[in-house]
Amino acid sequence: MSAETHSPVRQPLHRPTGLAGLAADWASDQRAFKNVSWGKAMMWIFLLSDTFIFGCFLIAYMSARMSTAVPWPNPSEVFALHIGGTDVPLILIAIMTFILISSSGTMAMAVNFGYRRDRKKTALLMLLTALFGATFVGMQAFEWTKLITEGVRPWGNPWGAAQFGSTFFMITGFHGTHVTIGVIFLLIIARKVWRGDFDTGRRGFFTSRKGQYEIVEITGLYWHFVDLVWVFIFAFFYLW
Amino acid sequence: MAETTAHTGTVPQAQAQVQAPAHEHQQHPIGLYLVVWLLLFVLSTFSYLVDYLGLQGYLRWSLILIFMVLKAGLIVAIFMHMAWERLALIYAILLPPLLVLVLVALMVSESHYVLFTRLAFFGAAP
Repeated sequence: MSAETHSPVRQPLHRPTGLAGLAADWASDQRAFKNVSWGKAMMWIFLLSDTFIFGCFLIAYMSARMSTAVPWPNPSEVFALHIGGTDVPLILIAIMTFILISSSGTMAMAVNFGYRRDRKKTALLMLLTALFGATFVGMQAFEWTKLITEGVRPWGNPWGAAQFGSTFFMITGFHGTHVTIGVIFLLIIARKVWRGDFDTGRRGFFTSRKGQYEIVEITGLYWHFVDLVWVFIFAFFYLW
Repeated sequence: MAETTAHTGTVPQAQAQVQAPAHEHQQHPIGLYLVVWLLLFVLSTFSYLVDYLGLQGYLRWSLILIFMVLKAGLIVAIFMHMAWERLALIYAILLPPLLVLVLVALMVSESHYVLFTRLAFFGAAP
């Protein structure tokens, strides 16, 4: 009897789709996200809040750039690299973009192999994703070093508006922190996958709950979001 | 009549789902991810070319925004599987960020005013 009251929520025979489904899901006086686990829903809601944080940063940058009477430094020249006797504009940032996109591609494939319970491929693809992420952070450290030696500070720089340095360090620093946290997150989950925790039902160290391969998809959501934020930073800070 | 046949057809499936977890897995062909990966590479190359070719003015800004929105859409829809989610989740996550545009409008107006006061009271200084 008591076992029956604890059984999972019975799925209705017909679940409407489209707008009728939207109304039915939210008006059902039960869980609103019918086929999404709490872990995935919570990651999405966290990412929504993170969207607002990065949105506010980019709007702060927009306000600083629009309201200054001093010319803004030209990112195309600031981020140029001297390769083979010529200045190639923005080349390091372009390479960083391709690396982050590649890491998103390997992550998407890791999620796929995770649901096929292909332990080795999932773990290896996650490690490759982490490697791409670490490379990205390394290139960002190189970028920061280069700019700092050229005299860029949060309160000024040799080329123009003082706000350039403060917005650059704030936005790319916060994004780099997200990538770093993502790399650590990836390594932790990849280790669990490699060890077969989600096949043997091993309980987590911290939560003492059994994990599922869905955590790979949740990690992937975070990782793709980091890539997504970079798309906006690349467009607004480096290209604009 | 069609209703009853549909019902009888789904009853065994519904009973099977009682045992299964309440959520479904996102399982899509690898080829789709590779196509999106390729598209993201092409779009990134295009946005880099905007800077490399030195396009300026409204052409530059509109191209940057178009490539940005296309890349963001592909990542959210395919890589983050939003295209296959129910509207309840899609609207809950994707509609609130549009409110950021209100803040953009407010700050554009504010920035114009700050620039005006700077020019009016300090000349061309910061």
